[in-house]
Amino acid sequence: MGGNPRGHNHVRVYNMVTSATSLGRTGLQDWLIQRISAIILAGYFSFIAIYLGVSQYFNHLNYITWHTLFENPWMKFFTLVAFLSLVAHAWIGFWTVSTDYVKSVAFRLILQVGMMVFLFAHFAWAFVILWSI
Amino acid sequence: MRPRNLNFFTIQFPITAIVSLLHRMSGILLIFSIPAMLWILQMTLKSEQQWDSIGVLMHNIWIKGLCTFLMMGLLYHFIAGIRHLLMDIGIGDTKSSSRLGAICTAWGVILGGIIMLGYIIW
Repeated sequence: MGGNPRGHNHVRVYNMVTSATSLGRTGLQDWLIQRISAIILAGYFSFIAIYLGVSQYFNHLNYITWHTLFENPWMKFFTLVAFLSLVAHAWIGFWTVSTDYVKSVAFRLILQVGMMVFLFAHFAWAFVILWSI
Repeated sequence: MRPRNLNFFTIQFPITAIVSLLHRMSGILLIFSIPAMLWILQMTLKSEQQWDSIGVLMHNIWIKGLCTFLMMGLLYHFIAGIRHLLMDIGIGDTKSSSRLGAICTAWGVILGGIIMLGYIIW
């Protein structure tokens, strides 16, 4: 089945989206977004773990130092980028798992839409937390 | 209908299957720990008093246990995730090498967990 996907009306349209609740337009796009967000999240959480470990070791972990870290606009930026990646990563992951195990379309739709709302709401909360510093 | 056996207790799973399943489960666990993580972040940034109250909370043995469980989930998902990324670039994507990768993941999590717990306790 080759040829121009947008050609004649008897040839399959490759860029048609058939899932209303997935993040990417195609499975391949979901795969890519999952990998990119994974790398960003790995970097962010590694940074946090190292920061906490090292500052605690030198007894430099307290409210003042922690607050100062998050006052830094680059830290706010990095945190927001990481949280956005988390939203995408969690959305795709949950979509995959729920599509695998929940065969009732109605129930799966409720779960997936619920998850979208949950993730968006938490992104808004993260934004508010960072900007009230 | 064809006969089927869906009693998981009677099926012998390869280690790759267990590693993959735990990756999924830790992922779901992490999603539901997002509210708690954000709450802790909010508290630790609000004021000195709230920072101290989080410190007090962490002395509770049940909270400590729960946080350890969540962090182990994060550690597991992270290490198994690295294995996924390596397989994407061609490292460990054959039957035997992916089995080795699964074993390395299991050991990595166990060792990392011991290091993490050791650091927390001391």
